Amino acid sequence: MLARAVTHALVGLEPRRVEVEAHLQPGIPGFAIVGLADRACQEAKHRVRSGIVSASLEWPVNRRITVNLAPAALRKEGSGFDLPISLAVLGATRQLPPERLAEHAAVGELALDGRIRPVAGTLAVAEGARRAGFTHVVCAAESAPEAALAGIEPVPVRHLAEVVSYLRGEIAAPPYEPLPEEVSEESSPDLSDVRGQERARRALEIAAAGAHNLLLMGPPGTGKTMLARRLPGVLPALTRPEALEVTRIHSVAGTLPPGRALLSVPPFRAPHHGSSAPAIVGGGSTPRPGEVSLAHRGVLFLDELPEFPRSVLESLRQPLEDGVVLVARVGGHALFPARFQLVGTMNMCPCGARGDPAVECACTSQRLAAYREKLSRALLDRFDLAVAMPRPRASELAAPPAEPSANVRVRVLEARERLLVAVPRRTEPASELLSNAVDRLPLSGRGRARVARVARTIAVLAGSTAVEPGHVAEALSYRLPGELPA
Amino acid sequence: MSEHACLRRREAGFPALLAAIHDPPARLHLRGSDDAGLLQEPAVAIVGARACSAYGRSVARSLARELAAAGLVVVSGMARGIDGEAHRGALEAGGMTLAVLGCGIDRDYPAAHAELARRICERGLVVSEYGAGVEPAPWRFPARNRIIAGLCRATVVVEARERSGALITADLALEEGRDVLAVPGEITSSLSAGTNALLKLGAAPVTCAADVLELYDLVATSPSAPALGPTAETLLAQLRDSPLTGDELVRASGIDPGESAAALTALELAGQVTVEDGVYRAAI
Repeated sequence: MLARAVTHALVGLEPRRVEVEAHLQPGIPGFAIVGLADRACQEAKHRVRSGIVSASLEWPVNRRITVNLAPAALRKEGSGFDLPISLAVLGATRQLPPERLAEHAAVGELALDGRIRPVAGTLAVAEGARRAGFTHVVCAAESAPEAALAGIEPVPVRHLAEVVSYLRGEIAAPPYEPLPEEVSEESSPDLSDVRGQERARRALEIAAAGAHNLLLMGPPGTGKTMLARRLPGVLPALTRPEALEVTRIHSVAGTLPPGRALLSVPPFRAPHHGSSAPAIVGGGSTPRPGEVSLAHRGVLFLDELPEFPRSVLESLRQPLEDGVVLVARVGGHALFPARFQLVGTMNMCPCGARGDPAVECACTSQRLAAYREKLSRALLDRFDLAVAMPRPRASELAAPPAEPSANVRVRVLEARERLLVAVPRRTEPASELLSNAVDRLPLSGRGRARVARVARTIAVLAGSTAVEPGHVAEALSYRLPGELPA
Repeated sequence: MSEHACLRRREAGFPALLAAIHDPPARLHLRGSDDAGLLQEPAVAIVGARACSAYGRSVARSLARELAAAGLVVVSGMARGIDGEAHRGALEAGGMTLAVLGCGIDRDYPAAHAELARRICERGLVVSEYGAGVEPAPWRFPARNRIIAGLCRATVVVEARERSGALITADLALEEGRDVLAVPGEITSSLSAGTNALLKLGAAPVTCAADVLELYDLVATSPSAPALGPTAETLLAQLRDSPLTGDELVRASGIDPGESAAALTALELAGQVTVEDGVYRAAI
């Protein structure tokens, strides 16, 4: 006897249809899963068997059970196959009508007591099911709001017995409660908590308005991290297609926060400098999204940039350039979107005294050079804005609360809208100032382009229709320190 | 000049001031612009410590800028710290500068200054008494210092500890009867102990470019300070009191961060302030 259930396996972020066939034949009892199933998938045997028994259903005795995951050449991994495998087995034993399985895709992990557990990537699986023409997807109750985002009717279930009753037509589909898509604004920290650091706040606003990468330089404890964490709060909210894209990535990575269906706030990722290159850019034997993809449409924050291994930093250059990461493997390749805004921090010198007018730096020039050497010019070139964050004075910390994020965000949104309408051009005197500065400072070709970009954003923020010399002058003050001879 | 040219002591064009010292080099190897006439121009040495303060760097740079703008050739040793800043200041002013090496003419020492050497060669000269391939060695630097002092009518020491190579240059200049000037530093800073000691011994203090220029009967090029507006004036007045970070300036002046950043850049381009690691200083 044969029955067939359908689910989807993920290649990168892409769902691929997988048919789960269960075949029963008389003979020596046995249970085999074939079709390039990985370890977690092989272990499904034990969960499926215990789950079926715990649900007071019948495990076929004196039968040889073969489960085939087709196409057999596609690598399958994870525990999401538990539910379709058990449904196929139950269909093959006619404990549920097999034809019902043609209308329902299924995904979920089984507990030994028959409960259904949510798995990562449900959204992508549900999208695959919708594209394959399914009307319903059976999934864990916790995953239902996520699956619903794909535009398919989720059947939220808590227990295997419940699924079987539903498929037998004994009960109606359990209702699911859509989660509110709007997230309260309090969830992201506010800029009014940051005291002082006026220049850095201004640079943050410019970075937000023009989607520029930002380098914050200063000794530890000056609020670099605090400021960076507040960047998503002044960025425009994600549009629905963007939000879906981001949610899909986080769903696949299993980093969706509980109780949230759609991620509508730009993500903020802050990997530690001990992270490996595959963890940052994505990879693994079965490709998984890295931090750059988790930061897609949001902010990637790299604290203490020079502490990251150089190989990791260099691997960032391609996603910074292309906005995607292509992970190639023998079995095919996976494309992960990675369009993020990079915020990095570093000290101005190893001892941390530089940037403090009251303290003389004790670093030898060799140590200073070695510290700055850790960052390649090619990477530094990606930072449009660099701003020094000196150690704050006590009086600064006692200052009254500064402007809240909401106000800054209004200006950022206005600037972005204006930028869509018309891009301001440089006036003659502004171009002259820029050329003058290139000779005088001196500024590299790339440095010049960066200053021009930032000046344009400053002009847009100011509501100006042209880039004036004042805008170029301000942009010049955020140039990289390396362009000043050390 | 593709290959490094060489100028013998007996040849015409060998700088007369250098030939007059008691042990002039037998020859000078030259690298850089074709114009060896640079060696005939009035020159001033700006020397100082490698390990120096932000104050020293700022002073060296702005002093060199003023002196080069007035037409003097700024001579120094291309070392880290004060020397490098002196060359940079002269280059910023579009003026002439000359670096004297303590190693072979083909070497860029220190390696970190390779880019600086390239820029000096565009408009100025790099010279050495050592031919290609000679390694830098500790005893070659005092010998190099006699050339620096010998090329110049006056030597300005910007910042020096009590026992600094820059003081050797000053001693050599004195022995040859050249003028020695020193930039006063904080009396509590060990980085200024050497220069303050020079002042005690009778070196002329330098508090502005004119102090040096009057030795050459030159006047400072009319302060080309363009009117930078009231914002820049306010900020400059604040910086004349003490060096401040950008944020401190914003608070002290009450000028909005964007506007003050623009004004500070204008001041910087006009050579009236220097900035290092986010700290702004008024130039001399």
